[in-house]
Amino acid sequence: MMRDVASILPLAADALAFDAGGGRLIDGIELRVDKGDCLALIGPNGAGKTLLLRLLHGLLPASGGRVAWANGSGAVGGRRQHAMVFQSPVMLRRSAVGNVSHALRAAGHGRAEARRRALAALERFGLAELAPRPARVLSGGERQRLAIARAAALEPELLFLDEPSSALDPGATRQVEAMLADLHGGGMTLVFATHDLGQARRLATRVGFLNRGRLVETGPAADILQSPGHDETRAFIAGDLAW
Amino acid sequence: MRKLLLALVMSLSVFAAQAGDRFIVVASTTSTENSGLFAHLLPIFTARTGIEVRVVAQGTGQALRTAANGDADVVFVHARAAEEKFIADGYGVQRHPVMFNDFIIVGPGDDPAGIGGGNDVTVALRTIAARHAAFASRGDDSGTHKAERRLWRAAGVTPAGDWYRETGAGMGATLNTAAQMGAYAMTDRATWIAFRNKGDMTIAVQDDKRLFNQYGVILVNPAKHGHVKAAEGQAFIGWLTSDEGQQAIAAYTVDGQQLFFPNASDVGA
Amino acid sequence: MTDSAFAAALDLILGADPAFLGIVAVSLRVTLSAVLIAALIGLPLGTLLAMYRFPGRSVLIVAVNALMGLPPVVAGLLVYLALSRAGPLGGLGLLFTPAAMIVAQTLLVLPIVVALSRQVVEELWLEYRDHLTSLGRTGWGAVPTLLYDGRYALATALLAGFGRAMAEVGAVLIVGGNIAGHTRTMTTAIALETSRGDLALALGLGMVLLLLTLVANALAFGVARIGRQYAG
Repeated sequence: MMRDVASILPLAADALAFDAGGGRLIDGIELRVDKGDCLALIGPNGAGKTLLLRLLHGLLPASGGRVAWANGSGAVGGRRQHAMVFQSPVMLRRSAVGNVSHALRAAGHGRAEARRRALAALERFGLAELAPRPARVLSGGERQRLAIARAAALEPELLFLDEPSSALDPGATRQVEAMLADLHGGGMTLVFATHDLGQARRLATRVGFLNRGRLVETGPAADILQSPGHDETRAFIAGDLAW
Repeated sequence: MRKLLLALVMSLSVFAAQAGDRFIVVASTTSTENSGLFAHLLPIFTARTGIEVRVVAQGTGQALRTAANGDADVVFVHARAAEEKFIADGYGVQRHPVMFNDFIIVGPGDDPAGIGGGNDVTVALRTIAARHAAFASRGDDSGTHKAERRLWRAAGVTPAGDWYRETGAGMGATLNTAAQMGAYAMTDRATWIAFRNKGDMTIAVQDDKRLFNQYGVILVNPAKHGHVKAAEGQAFIGWLTSDEGQQAIAAYTVDGQQLFFPNASDVGA
Repeated sequence: MTDSAFAAALDLILGADPAFLGIVAVSLRVTLSAVLIAALIGLPLGTLLAMYRFPGRSVLIVAVNALMGLPPVVAGLLVYLALSRAGPLGGLGLLFTPAAMIVAQTLLVLPIVVALSRQVVEELWLEYRDHLTSLGRTGWGAVPTLLYDGRYALATALLAGFGRAMAEVGAVLIVGGNIAGHTRTMTTAIALETSRGDLALALGLGMVLLLLTLVANALAFGVARIGRQYAG
């Protein structure tokens, strides 16, 4: 008998707000993420991109409004169906494959099964030779790719990424973008923050522009990047292009 | 290396075996322990009866308190007045004399107080006090210390001043201090003979009858402490005062000298 | 003096004298047991202290840090008063046994384990918090990850506790009674031989004890080294 596994998507943010240190850092954000989207959040430093991602992922409680997953909790059987890769990926003090199996065991897999899946994930992304090495001695690019492979191994419906290649050289950036394109092509929904407009152009289906805690506008990537509706957006993109 | 490991494993397993065996705890004094008497005596008793004797060596005052608290089954010290009070207070059943040794006054080789070769202890003590010669006292309320205080009283002197140092420590430690300081001290002969750090110290005064040091053994009162091992404790007391025990005491020598003189038959002791 | 002490030490080790080996066995058994119990209690306690905020937390941390310097003889006195027949736990009949010594030494090692593990885990939790929360590992669920990832620093903390316990004499002397063949440890044996004036033997025992301490410290160094390599 076929069982319909409830999807956690679409994800919706309703009047989402966050206060801290006496100020409103996220203000009245309305957002919708559909299955298959690849949404890039762009905006200046301090706009609140990281904060928004953390709120959506559930690491922070909202001060106002709410984060609404389609099935209510964003989890199935107690397990989150969305994962996140942080700006400086956290490497546990163990081997690369150990890091991935740790995540899988946290998701409830048995020891042997976790290791099998971990090796498969590394294999899929061409990272197999890194498997036995201590994760903390890997290069920046290797760590980032490992973190993405680790998150992907959990087979989440939606993957959040915060500045996935901001600290990497062009070669490593290309490798990371290839991984993300692969994941998106395989059906995973992605939401990522980036200050690299070229990256947004290369990867995103939709773009959202954040400024001072407000989501100024969202829309199809081509539209926003080429002919944005708001002056703020235009100024930001122009300013960046001038660099 | 293998022999080392084997011995280690064996000693560890003997350790485990001891947990279930019969044993008694005897509160005694550091001077008795330091003399090595127990290392000689106890294996003989254990071989005969299968009862292990665990000796906790403390100062006399502390030993009697330990027994009064019920932390020991038998108390074996050398302070008759304190022992009789112990029984009068209901903590002990009966006092049995066991053996005696004697105290001696020892001092630096150059004998600053000029009391060497004497055998009148009160004269010696008066001289030491008059000349302010350095004197190291136990100062710890032990049997030895009580005996020392008795002798100062008999000499009519209250020792006080820079020259009179109370170490608050055991006999061996006090002798160490006396050796370092060039001071006189009162010690039991047994500890003195077994003591390995004499330096240039020698015996100054001995053989005065007032230096006599009597040992008594008492079973802790089971009526006061129900857990006391009365049968095994009594077996130990019985053995100590038996012919075999008394002979074993007499047979203990260090450097060819007998340290303790059995006198269990001397009822008035 | 040092010549005969050295000869005395060699005699002890090579002669495999059963009494001497028994003394070493008591020392190791008591201290290792104390470290084990302190680890079982202290590691989770230190982790909890690292991860949760509650009223009085700062006071507790200061108290634990201060207890690291608890004088052994005071710990011994407290345990003695508790375990004596005249005391509240006298019915257990534990005074003058190795068990009492283990209790006293556990009291000495526990603050070290709690204080150092709190420090280690707090730093790790700071670094790992987002990632572990993302994976659903919060609260008790995070404890195994934090303890495992801090394993080298924690092992060093345990070795520090071991060193402290092996070196102390005050606690084990008071609660153990220095009974020959039963509660006599290396440190209490040294105290005894010194008071008997047998300084060469005391020094010999001391040299063996120093050797064991040296081995423990070398281990700690090696462990810390491996840890740095793995932590990058």
